[in-house]
Amino acid sequence: MIALGSRARAVLAACAALSVLTAFPWIGGEFYVDLVVRLMILAIFAMSLDLLIGYTGLVSFGHAAFFGIAGYTLASLTPAAAPANLVVVLPAALVASALAATVIGYLSLRTAGVGFIMITLAFAQMLYYVANESRAFGGSDGVLILFRPELTLQGRPLLDLEDPTVFYYLVLACLAGVLLLLRSLVRAPFGRVIRAIRIDDRRTRALGFATGRYKLASFVIAGTLAGLAGFLEAAHGGYVSPGALSWHQSGLVMAVVILGGMGTLYGPILGAFAFGLLQDQVQDWTEHTGLVVGLFVIAMVLLAPRGLAGLLSGVLSGALSGAPKTRERPAAPRGPR
Amino acid sequence: MDLAGFLVQLLNGVQAGFLLFLVASGLTLVFGIIGVINLAHGAFYMIGAYLAFWLTGLTGSLLAAVVVGVAVLVVLGIAVERLAIGFLYNRDHLQQVLLTFGLILVLDDLQRLIWGSDFHSVPVPAVLSGAVALTQQQDYPVYRLFVSAVCIAVALGLFVLIQRTRVGMAIRAAASNREMAEALGIDVGRLFTLVFALGVALAGFAGMVAAPISAVYPGMGDRILILAFVIVVIGGIGSVKGAFAGAMLVGIADTFGRVLVPEVASMVMYGVMAVVLLWRPQGLFGRPA
Repeated sequence: MIALGSRARAVLAACAALSVLTAFPWIGGEFYVDLVVRLMILAIFAMSLDLLIGYTGLVSFGHAAFFGIAGYTLASLTPAAAPANLVVVLPAALVASALAATVIGYLSLRTAGVGFIMITLAFAQMLYYVANESRAFGGSDGVLILFRPELTLQGRPLLDLEDPTVFYYLVLACLAGVLLLLRSLVRAPFGRVIRAIRIDDRRTRALGFATGRYKLASFVIAGTLAGLAGFLEAAHGGYVSPGALSWHQSGLVMAVVILGGMGTLYGPILGAFAFGLLQDQVQDWTEHTGLVVGLFVIAMVLLAPRGLAGLLSGVLSGALSGAPKTRERPAAPRGPR
Repeated sequence: MDLAGFLVQLLNGVQAGFLLFLVASGLTLVFGIIGVINLAHGAFYMIGAYLAFWLTGLTGSLLAAVVVGVAVLVVLGIAVERLAIGFLYNRDHLQQVLLTFGLILVLDDLQRLIWGSDFHSVPVPAVLSGAVALTQQQDYPVYRLFVSAVCIAVALGLFVLIQRTRVGMAIRAAASNREMAEALGIDVGRLFTLVFALGVALAGFAGMVAAPISAVYPGMGDRILILAFVIVVIGGIGSVKGAFAGAMLVGIADTFGRVLVPEVASMVMYGVMAVVLLWRPQGLFGRPA
């Protein structure tokens, strides 16, 4: 085998994955194209959460809030008998998610650690109950979105998202865009500061960075990107329900991130594909998905704490030959106060 | 609202607060002592309610159901701690969150497997099924008063256990410095198993005594878990006193919210939480981070 550096191997793997995804609508049948669209949306959602838990060290357990808000924004802006214009509804959905993330983030960031986990969860549940109980948003039945938005500029239709292939490429473009955005973000000075915050907030503050603002910025960016995923999901399914805001959604996406490998760019994508495919298979096989998926999650936590990316980076960097791994996350201070 | 109506609602609120305290104290105890966030706490509450339904059907007595049910829950708690939670003490909180999330999925599905997805109700025991007259027009069910009394008794029992017994002393020692406690010959591993099982039993017990008041249904643990989280955040994480204050605040705010502003009732307690956090980010009885 030709000897390749780990970087070259990673680039090669990324190119291979991208070309498979680009060619997929010609290879896969309608059912599988649909499945891959869902997996890619889940990947965007997971990447947005990874910015928080993997890079900034903020364990948000209410990330579904922003996912759901974007879906509900699309639902309420779609007219009853015509498609909405993408140029209007997409920015509106993102702004709605960003606004919610600003308010929830501002309040939640007053706490840290476990308090932060609990309070983000509580805020997301609050929105869940609002959606679940309000008649305007269809209550527990949710809202149907009868038309996918279409892209029209000055009255001329450019993209018809009802076409599955067009929709597929839109989602793929979003996935690639989010990946590139996050890549440049975490390599920029901003990324260095949030990673420093993850390791030690107090020392970063002592270095002169207003860590509160960085954390809030990270929270809002992650919320907005989660909104993008939620928007695509609602447009794809033609439907949004309180389930999109529920804590099962927040927990599942967190499982995807950790399963894939947090603090890496490709980990959440791996996790989304692995987890999504697993769920899809299990659904065909038994109606007790929770039992199987739950046991799988428990086993992963106990046996592979660094996730799939941890396993894969071992293969890519040739760690099988015995090179020691040094990128362990420093242990959080233990025990009760 | 007239005075009698106000009184009834206040009693309801206090009673709901006591019940919430039982759940929240288990959550805050497990976190304060062994440092584990147990998301499956609500699932254990649900299991407790189902055990009450099932065992009451078998034995015909809620008391027998509670005795057997608590024993089952303690065994369940010990098994879960030994097989899963016990491996996570030195890991990040995130991993505990994920593991207990997986546990919820498993327990929810086991519940559907064993008991199905129907709604059930548990009859109020005949002895306690009466009502006392508050005024000439207003009655109040005896069972609700009984629940409050039981909760007070359990809270006192907890206090005595932790502050006044040898085991409690060992628990407090292990909580403040694990290595030192171990060096003194305390079997901390076994102690933590005990504390976790106690937390599970508290959640399940709350589910059992609540079963005759509320219905028994799948997913009933979710709402209670979130409420317990809100309470723990309001009261200060790890503080049992805080859990009590938070539980009363949430119980009363939620009850009056439902009567006075039914449209936004489910938001009232989150509003309370937001106000408390703006004023005291560490919670009412929490120590500043």
